[in-house]
Amino acid sequence: MNTLILIETARLLFALILLFSLFALLRGHHQVGGGFVGGLIASMAASLYVFVADAADVRRLLRADPLRIAAAGLSLAILSGLVGMYLKGSSFLTSVWVEVLGVKVGTPLLFDCGVYLVVVGAVLTFVLEAKEPVVPSSDDSRPIGRE
Amino acid sequence: MAESATRSAQVPLYSWAAVGLPLGLFAWLCSFVPAVSAGESRHWAVQWLPQHDIALSFFVDGLSLLFALLITGIGTLIFLYAAEYMRGAPQIGRFTAFLTAFMLSMLGIVLSDDLITLFIAWEVTGVTSFLLIGYRHEEATSRRSAWQALMVTGAGGLAMLAGFVLLGEAAGTYSLREILAQPGELSADHRYHWILALVLAGAFTKSAQFPFHFWLPNAMAAPTPVSAYLHSATMVKAGVFLLARMAPVLGGTNEWTTTLVTVGAVTMVYSSIVALTRTDLKQVLAYTTVMALGACVLFLGVPAQTIEGGVSAAAVAAMCFVLVHALYKAALFMAAGAIEHSTGTRDLRLLGGLGTRMRWTSVGILLACVSMVGLPPTIGFIGKEALYGSALVAPSGTVALVAVLLASALIGTVALVLAGPLLWGRLTHAAARAEPAPWQLWCGPAILGAAGIVAGLLAGPTFGAFVLPAAANVGELPEHFIPSLWHGFGPELLLSVATWGLAALVFWKRRAVAGVVSSTLSGIPVTGDSAYDKAMHGIAASASGLTAVLQSGVHRRYVGTVFASLALVLATTLVVRDAVHLPQLLPEASFFEWMLGALIAASALTVIFTRSRLLAIGSIGVVGTAASLIFLLFGAPDVAMAQLMVETLVVVIVAIVLLRLPSFHYEIRQDRPRQFRDAAVAIAVGAATTLVLLAVISEPPQRFLTDYFERTAVPGAHGRNIVNVILVDFRALDTMGEITVLFLAGSAVCALIQRRSRYRRFLSVVAANDTAAPETDSGSSQR
Repeated sequence: MNTLILIETARLLFALILLFSLFALLRGHHQVGGGFVGGLIASMAASLYVFVADAADVRRLLRADPLRIAAAGLSLAILSGLVGMYLKGSSFLTSVWVEVLGVKVGTPLLFDCGVYLVVVGAVLTFVLEAKEPVVPSSDDSRPIGRE
Repeated sequence: MAESATRSAQVPLYSWAAVGLPLGLFAWLCSFVPAVSAGESRHWAVQWLPQHDIALSFFVDGLSLLFALLITGIGTLIFLYAAEYMRGAPQIGRFTAFLTAFMLSMLGIVLSDDLITLFIAWEVTGVTSFLLIGYRHEEATSRRSAWQALMVTGAGGLAMLAGFVLLGEAAGTYSLREILAQPGELSADHRYHWILALVLAGAFTKSAQFPFHFWLPNAMAAPTPVSAYLHSATMVKAGVFLLARMAPVLGGTNEWTTTLVTVGAVTMVYSSIVALTRTDLKQVLAYTTVMALGACVLFLGVPAQTIEGGVSAAAVAAMCFVLVHALYKAALFMAAGAIEHSTGTRDLRLLGGLGTRMRWTSVGILLACVSMVGLPPTIGFIGKEALYGSALVAPSGTVALVAVLLASALIGTVALVLAGPLLWGRLTHAAARAEPAPWQLWCGPAILGAAGIVAGLLAGPTFGAFVLPAAANVGELPEHFIPSLWHGFGPELLLSVATWGLAALVFWKRRAVAGVVSSTLSGIPVTGDSAYDKAMHGIAASASGLTAVLQSGVHRRYVGTVFASLALVLATTLVVRDAVHLPQLLPEASFFEWMLGALIAASALTVIFTRSRLLAIGSIGVVGTAASLIFLLFGAPDVAMAQLMVETLVVVIVAIVLLRLPSFHYEIRQDRPRQFRDAAVAIAVGAATTLVLLAVISEPPQRFLTDYFERTAVPGAHGRNIVNVILVDFRALDTMGEITVLFLAGSAVCALIQRRSRYRRFLSVVAANDTAAPETDSGSSQR
């Protein structure tokens, strides 16, 4: 499948789709979109790249293990829930809003970014693990756990 | 044992420091003695779960003070003992931490006011004792014993929790002080029998009552400081404490009396008989401990009312015996450890004549044995007199009387064996090698042994400060109870003399008696231990049987099971709820909707009949995409978008996986019966789902949630996209759960696909090492 057209198109589309996923993430609070959909779009961009390149190339492009991206996302989501507890003494995941340069920004946005990262990380883990060749082992035929 | 290494090792500083904790607590608790003996109590509480009326609350009264003083007082000596005994052993820090945690949780049990706090402390003692018993975890027997103790006491603990919940509901409060303030009311409650049975299950397992006694002798696999602490003064006494605590509210009924007296008597007699046949010093002590626990249970069950209508000293007898036994049994266990430390063995057949070699340890043993036999002037004598005295006047006290007489005589025999041949018999080889134990190892037995005598000589203050306040919290006290060493020539004294005579007789004929008992016991087909093994094997076998059925390893069977169950559940619900609404034959729909429906149907048929895997995957994608278009048509763009993305990704992922799979097996398709079965399942799921959806839309839609979110989304959450606002704000906790699941799924995939090969390599390395270890030459070539 490594045709020149696909490779070149993928390269272009990768950046475009990624940009679009950020757009979907940020507009999500008022329009159609959000962290979940944005994350799916972003992982689609990466999946497209997986088709034309090696899994190792994609890993290099990501710079971080996808599972770590997911872990970071989960941490970010938890952190966004703690802000309200710390600042307002309210219960976990209560939102806090501030106005920055006329734009209302709140902890739900942080939470949504966390969702985005978890989705990207998890889906890319699925895709990359499926794509990578299993390291051949001397006795791969033996079933695990049945001695 | 690597004696030289042990001797040269230093006692770590924290082992010494740890001694300070029980000592400080002991001193602190002592400061309550004047107030508590005057009948007062102290109470502390910290809010914990106010919604459920659960608090971290503690109180000190006579009963809890007696136990708390035993726990900290003996604990001080044990910590000192352990510091020396465990010198040079691996992981002393861990050991010390476990022991400290155990002591604190034990204090939690006896000082808790709240039932739930008590239960948690109870479970923590179970877990820490598991860790302590299994301290030598490289030995299989240690691991098994630790498991056994945990399983038996843990099962009892769960029963107890259920009993506590019922008790709390029946009493309307979880505070023990408030429950104790309403005595007599609970025994009239219709839940009384359940409460009693469940609480007794907890107490009997923890206090090793017959038939749950077997874990305690097995727990002797623990290091001796642990045995001396857990199995003399503390953990096993927790059950006794619970019974004593509950006696005012649950006691006094026929059921209580019958159960406790029967179980206590059987436990006493059985374990004292078995004690005679054991030759391992710690085993002997373990069985005598079971006997003592039986005695405590028995006398907590004996009713306070006498035949003449007076009040007997049963509660005093039980509490006095708790004190007596804790003192002498901890002393004997510590001495047993000192002997093993010095001679390297605990086998009574190999030991003799230690009196000349280990002088101070022998003094401790001797003093403890005097208390154990119940000779004057020890407090053991007073305790035994009180036992006899209350058994004599109790209604139907014959069972108690016979059990106490028999068991005390046999325990007396054990004491004679310990004080006689062990100390003054012929010097054996093992004993001849013995060196005197270091002071930390003998000071505990000596102090506790001496305490038994001092407490007897100062009977008045001892009883006034410790025993009587405790007994007052357990049951009624006789009006004029005078603790004293001399009551004149009464039936109690006669019975004591009879006990000593019987003990001497059995001691004289001990080999013959032991032989007869051993042969009789070996004829019993089922023991608690073997029943436990059978139960554990049964659980394992049923689990693997169930796994073999459920986890066939064939993917299509998993899918088939899941969908068949789904169809069954949906269909059952529809029939039970009478919710089957048959649709019109040709529902009204726009042309566009009809086309989408036709597209979905055509794609689904393609999936079924195609021979190309790629085409099948693509067709599934078409089904999903058409479904997302339907969402779009009905005004749910967010759902449509997510659906579209998910469909696309599924196709991508499956396509990637397909590239790595071997080609289709067409034999599957030629298996006609299986095809019909699969088709039946598929049609059933489709039909059931359709009917459920029809049932749902036959009701007018409920809009109050939608209205609420539409109203509050902008003012409350600053967002106009309701779906997103619900996801990230209103129901953010749900989303948190979902992304956690997603993350875990990613981890699982990593573990399954990627690490599998590493795990196999690891396994092969382990296997190679195993085979290579015994036969170093041929091992490498075999690989």
